[in-house]
Amino acid sequence: MNLAELQKKLIAAARLQAPDERVPYAFEKRITARIAARAGADRWVLWARGLWRAAASCVAVAVVFGTVSLFLPSTPDNGNDLSQDFENTLLASIDLPDNSSTP
Amino acid sequence: MERSEAELIAAVLKGDAASFEPLVQKYSPRVFATARRYARRESEVQDIAQEVWLKAFDKLKSFRGEAPFEHWLMRMAVRTCYDFLRVHQRNRVASFSEISEPEEDWLESFVADPGSAAEDADAAKLLVDRLLEKLSPDARLVIQLLEIEDRSVKEIAELTGWSVPLVKVRAFRARAEMRKMLSRMTQDKYL
Repeated sequence: MNLAELQKKLIAAARLQAPDERVPYAFEKRITARIAARAGADRWVLWARGLWRAAASCVAVAVVFGTVSLFLPSTPDNGNDLSQDFENTLLASIDLPDNSSTP
Repeated sequence: MERSEAELIAAVLKGDAASFEPLVQKYSPRVFATARRYARRESEVQDIAQEVWLKAFDKLKSFRGEAPFEHWLMRMAVRTCYDFLRVHQRNRVASFSEISEPEEDWLESFVADPGSAAEDADAAKLLVDRLLEKLSPDARLVIQLLEIEDRSVKEIAELTGWSVPLVKVRAFRARAEMRKMLSRMTQDKYL
């Protein structure tokens, strides 16, 4: 069989098929309604996107500070931890000798 | 007074979505004709057309008005059809053993006398549709645009977003694929 000739015939047959341009009734109304419906939904999507971005930023900041605190050399504090420092500061006035009574 | 296309587009870009409706009304016949070249079921055709218009609305900001709106829209339509072909690659591996009786008769008349087989016969149209369905998405798109719609390589490059050398390579491969499909079809039928 002559395949080249068959191909030519079939391509010619395809060319003869006029494309159908029919449009369903009120198709343009359907598209406009779709666009309007999407605009409403888009507002919520924008909110959700904003919140996700904020959450991601918070996580990123937490990771950065966590990493920094992990790798920074600890400052010498004579073995006292923060709670101890806090307690010392709070009770400093009690610990101090009462100088007001001395002449 | 009827507003011009540029005025309608400017109004849509300013937020007046209703101004998009006249554009949909005017160009939908062309969008539907393009979609029907690649999809057979009416529901699929409508899905493609709807997607084209929703994409057009979303990307309207990228329309600079250098080329006519219709050209810009057709590029979007062709690319949407290509995406559709890539997603719906069904029936491609099936053989040609299921061809109908009129199609068989047409093939037989072609074998007996190639000149006598009418190109405008319904059977020939069914046969070519069946053949195009079996091609890969790239090959189908190239054969449709290059051979059936008789477009130039440059036009195809603009429509598809492919480079000119890529269109040429794909055209070469598409013709080879089509010959292979024809050979398989005739083998299924006559061996």
